Amino acid sequence: MASATTHDHAHGHGHDHEHDHHGPGPWTRIFTTTNHKDIGSMYLWFSLLMFFVGGAMALLIRAELFQPGLQVVQPEVFNSLTTVHALVMIFGAVMPAFVGFANWLIPLQIGAADMAFPRMNNWSFWLMIPATILLMASFFVPGGAAASGWTLYPPLSTQGGIGVDMTILAIHILGASSIMGSINIITTILNMRAPGMTLMRMPMFVWTWLITAYLIIAVMPVLAGCITMLLTDRHFGTSFFNAAGGGDPTMFMHIFWFFGHPEVYILILPAFGIMSQIIPAFARKPLFGYASMVYATASIAILSFIVWGHHMFTVGMPAAGQLFFMYATMLIAVPTGVKIFNWIATMWRGSISFETPMLFAIGFLCMFTLGGFSGLVLSIVPVDITLHNTYYVVAHFHYVLFPGAIWALMAGVYFWLPKWTGRMYNETLGKWHFWLSAISFNVTFFPQHFLGLAGMPRRIPDYALQFAEWNMISTIGAFALGFSQLLFVYNVFSCIRSGEKAKERQWDSADSLEWTHLPSPVPYHTFETPPDLRGTNAAH
Amino acid sequence: MKFRKENGPKRGLMSRLQPALLGAGTLLSPVLARAAYDVNIAQPASSISSQIYDLHMYILYVCAAIFVIVFALMFYSIFKFRRSNGAKPDVNFHESTLIEVIWTVIPFVILLFMAIPATKTVLDMKDTSNPDLTIKVTGYQWGWRYDYASEDMGFYSNLSTPWAQIGQPGEKATEQKGKDYLLEVDNPLVVPVGKRVRLLITSNDVIHGWYVPQLGVNQYGIPGFIKDVWFKADRVGTFKGQCSQICGKLHGYMPITVVVKSEADYAKWVAEAKTKWAISAPSAPVAAAAVAIEAPAPGKTLTLADLKSAGEKVYAANCVACHQANGKGMPPNFPALSGSKVVLGSMDAQLDILLNGRPGTAMAAFARLSDYEIAAVMTYTKNSWDNSVGKAVQPDDVKAKRKS
Repeated sequence: MASATTHDHAHGHGHDHEHDHHGPGPWTRIFTTTNHKDIGSMYLWFSLLMFFVGGAMALLIRAELFQPGLQVVQPEVFNSLTTVHALVMIFGAVMPAFVGFANWLIPLQIGAADMAFPRMNNWSFWLMIPATILLMASFFVPGGAAASGWTLYPPLSTQGGIGVDMTILAIHILGASSIMGSINIITTILNMRAPGMTLMRMPMFVWTWLITAYLIIAVMPVLAGCITMLLTDRHFGTSFFNAAGGGDPTMFMHIFWFFGHPEVYILILPAFGIMSQIIPAFARKPLFGYASMVYATASIAILSFIVWGHHMFTVGMPAAGQLFFMYATMLIAVPTGVKIFNWIATMWRGSISFETPMLFAIGFLCMFTLGGFSGLVLSIVPVDITLHNTYYVVAHFHYVLFPGAIWALMAGVYFWLPKWTGRMYNETLGKWHFWLSAISFNVTFFPQHFLGLAGMPRRIPDYALQFAEWNMISTIGAFALGFSQLLFVYNVFSCIRSGEKAKERQWDSADSLEWTHLPSPVPYHTFETPPDLRGTNAAH
Repeated sequence: MKFRKENGPKRGLMSRLQPALLGAGTLLSPVLARAAYDVNIAQPASSISSQIYDLHMYILYVCAAIFVIVFALMFYSIFKFRRSNGAKPDVNFHESTLIEVIWTVIPFVILLFMAIPATKTVLDMKDTSNPDLTIKVTGYQWGWRYDYASEDMGFYSNLSTPWAQIGQPGEKATEQKGKDYLLEVDNPLVVPVGKRVRLLITSNDVIHGWYVPQLGVNQYGIPGFIKDVWFKADRVGTFKGQCSQICGKLHGYMPITVVVKSEADYAKWVAEAKTKWAISAPSAPVAAAAVAIEAPAPGKTLTLADLKSAGEKVYAANCVACHQANGKGMPPNFPALSGSKVVLGSMDAQLDILLNGRPGTAMAAFARLSDYEIAAVMTYTKNSWDNSVGKAVQPDDVKAKRKS
């Protein structure tokens, strides 16, 4: 329903009323729509909802960890919360949000009328709903939700009840949805670019999604195979991961992380794309080193396939294995560094203004760099061994995922809201949102580095007294962080409802097609005739 | 910095504070860090963990240096090239192959200098040859077992913090939390100082992680496989750790304590421990998992009251976390024992579950408890809460079942 409201607002104002003739009513429309803008909005609303569902779980976790002792939840519920928090945030919030951006922006940025497979597009959105219901309902079945961490390592995951099977099925469906979305994105990008929109002229956001979509197609089936083996081990007497039957629990880890490591780049590469659109727009200067940005993104994607072993340095792999995975992991720092340097060089000799999207982009740069440093620390095998499965790791991946993936999404929403809705968000509120998030994020997660260094394991509901102070600070930060996100929701709603009218080119230096060729809000149908870009100087 | 540059009347609080906040945001946490809280890896106590400590400090300093350079460049460009300062964009400055090559090659070289010492330590950690002492470590849900093969003895090591200190949701802890809350065990692992100790790490059920940071060991115990690691403690002392890999409900409640003794003290400890925990002498009483109860003379028939009161202690140490003090459990994962058909039914069925566990559920096998302890705890469950079977289970019944 929420998405129906958006569209009415998004498209109901201004000069475009043709869509009113499209569907019989809002409900039929959200079920049957094949319009990339509708589906993009549905993805975004869905992921916003899941962001708060996952966030509520995070706050329950932090509430339990406010003090030593058990106060809020039972240990096994705590374990379920950590498990489902991760699954919801990864598969329910971040991935769908990026797919939402892809749906909205890729056709607009390459001058296509819609996605290549509009009906499959609808289907890949609607698949997520039963999957999410399965995942959430698993809390209420006998035995509770999966409680083995989101990595679902057997034999622990073999012990759980039907909730684990529901989780497996949910991941299967979500994986199918992601694969369909990726096929759609790749086909759209490769076949539907406007004349003159060569690959090396595409906006970086399109590039990063092209590469991400290949990653998804490569690794989602691996995950599906992995959890299918888990399912047959659980119910059909196979012994893939059971040593008593000739299997090996370590094999699960290898297969899982062969998916899992590229997955973390699936979560961050589109964020790099959004950054590469926003920073040049506010520095009023083209992106520095466009070609090297493309190559760096591709290098990161390729390297991501050969570093999975760094998640399992403590399984006791041979020295040669540890050294190989350590060197390969360290190598990723090179293309990642290139990206950071290029963004800084984009700001260099620019003319920077600090509207909300740019604040989030600068926040991304700072915090992601910090997350990169802790990643480098963790790549060193001996150091990793002493920090593995501690809060240091929790701090590390939240530094790259929250101010990385999620701030990029926030920045992107603020950046494109004027284009999508034809209205401006409230700049002051946006800035409050940024600063409150930036401060509370660091209050929440910086102390977790100290907890990890001091040896506090992750996924424990209770802890020794020496960890009490930092945990208390972290929990206070977490609640501030959680509640400041409500500002974002309010800002989005008030923008849609009563924001000031946005300009066609709200950000004077934003130069992709949606800003240069289309009014704000964008009409329901765009580029029915592709723009001819041959000979023009369409920048990235 | 010129904060007061007029930029029209609409400049609100936020935009005026912005430059200051940009700096403060990133500096906030390090400032907090100066309080007297733990912020670094604990003092190393083995040759490996000393190397890890130095390696971490080295990487941290290199990262700090890069941090300073990168953030200086970033904030310089943010302050210098801001539009409110009148900066004009240089739109032609957007490509330079030379610069790209430089910032690809320099990080690569820095990485080489990180990789070299790291490689040395990896090779040292992996060299488990020539141990002075080998101990097998087995993870259980939720405790550890240590077997000293050369001394022909082994024992269990479990959390000794009472549940009264931990509490329950909605039920406040009734005891003050002690200094070593959640980090104390009944029977610590004891090793001699200055000797190469090789650990053979495995698991009985799910994956566990044997993690003692000050000794530089963090190794998964994987059921069905044995992995080896080593350490050489460089000083006498007590070192704490915890299970590092999520292993079910009580993952947070299976700590590790390693006591490093001088060679003479260690020899004394071994002599004493052998009398309690010798493996090949079955007549010797086996210590309780988490509570010491006096074993009676073998073959003696015990009264129901004796068994029940001993069983209450065994229950409190082994069962209470899941089945709860009131016997009501936490269904459906942890069924009630009060009124349970299994408990009220035949002795045989209940014994079978206690000795073998229930595969596929959180109910672990408790075969490690002595005949007396199992008899006692069974008697307790059959005659407590709503249950009043009125019959005792004798240690000999357990012994007979084990043999069958």
